[in-house]
Amino acid sequence: MLEQSIFYIFAALLVVSAGLVISVRNPVHSALFLILSFFCSAAIWLILQAEFLAIALILVYVGAVMVLFLFVVMMLDINVSTLREGFSRFLPVGLLVALLMLVAMGLIVGTAHILPDTGSVAGQVESGIGNTRLLGRVLFTEYIYPFEVAGAILLVAIIAAISLTMRKPRARRTPKPGNQVNVKREARVRLVNMDSATGNTGEQQQDD
Amino acid sequence: MIELSDVLVLAALLFCISVAGIFINRKNVIILLMCIELMLLSVNLNFIGFSHFLGDIHGQVFVFFILTVAAAEAAIGLAILVVLFRNRNTINVVDLDTLKG
Repeated sequence: MLEQSIFYIFAALLVVSAGLVISVRNPVHSALFLILSFFCSAAIWLILQAEFLAIALILVYVGAVMVLFLFVVMMLDINVSTLREGFSRFLPVGLLVALLMLVAMGLIVGTAHILPDTGSVAGQVESGIGNTRLLGRVLFTEYIYPFEVAGAILLVAIIAAISLTMRKPRARRTPKPGNQVNVKREARVRLVNMDSATGNTGEQQQDD
Repeated sequence: MIELSDVLVLAALLFCISVAGIFINRKNVIILLMCIELMLLSVNLNFIGFSHFLGDIHGQVFVFFILTVAAAEAAIGLAILVVLFRNRNTINVVDLDTLKG
């Protein structure tokens, strides 16, 4: 009973914060509400005995992805009012589509009992193995190739993000080593004959 | 006791909210990316619910991969957004008509 009430509290908070994500005016506030909805869903995942993924959701999403979102939202100088122009115009269409989808999905998943009422039988409770160990055991044996592909995808994402956003270095006045090696003596040194008695520089001009 | 249909209805609600968000905020690319993140979250909730009630760990492995791909997608999407803003000085979807689509 306690478990159920906690689930409903977090579910209500999740739905409310998701609704606020799509409806608040300021993108910074909507990113913050998205963080709140991630926290709520992590709590629900904890109730559903997926502890490792709940922690990973908070670490990866709140710690990395949403910080990136907030960074981009705050860095870009966005004119909010022009982006909100069609809000009231598209509101009925959006609500209509969402309601239709909700009714269609609710007819399938809401009423019918998809599973027999066996209760929650995650095998990890009986066997005494933690969720993380169970997940790791499957991940590193059966799913080892998809795991490595996931690592490659992350590497590609890193390289793509850096190469997209990195600006080319500005043209600096750097010496070119080839020119330095190939330089002739005449380009650097000039011998000048000067008459020491008169200090006449007129001859120097002729020497050149 | 939580039933499977509770989890599924919650995920369906979340998915519909994010679909409505894509329809409503169709000018702002940042909110569109956030709505996609919400959609992926609802799909993950479905996976975890089935994994819990069927007693099968493989659903959680799929959630792991979805999290990985979603993080990569968010990073690349935001990088594209930054480059777009640098070049065009706007993120309004209406103004992004360079491809004449």
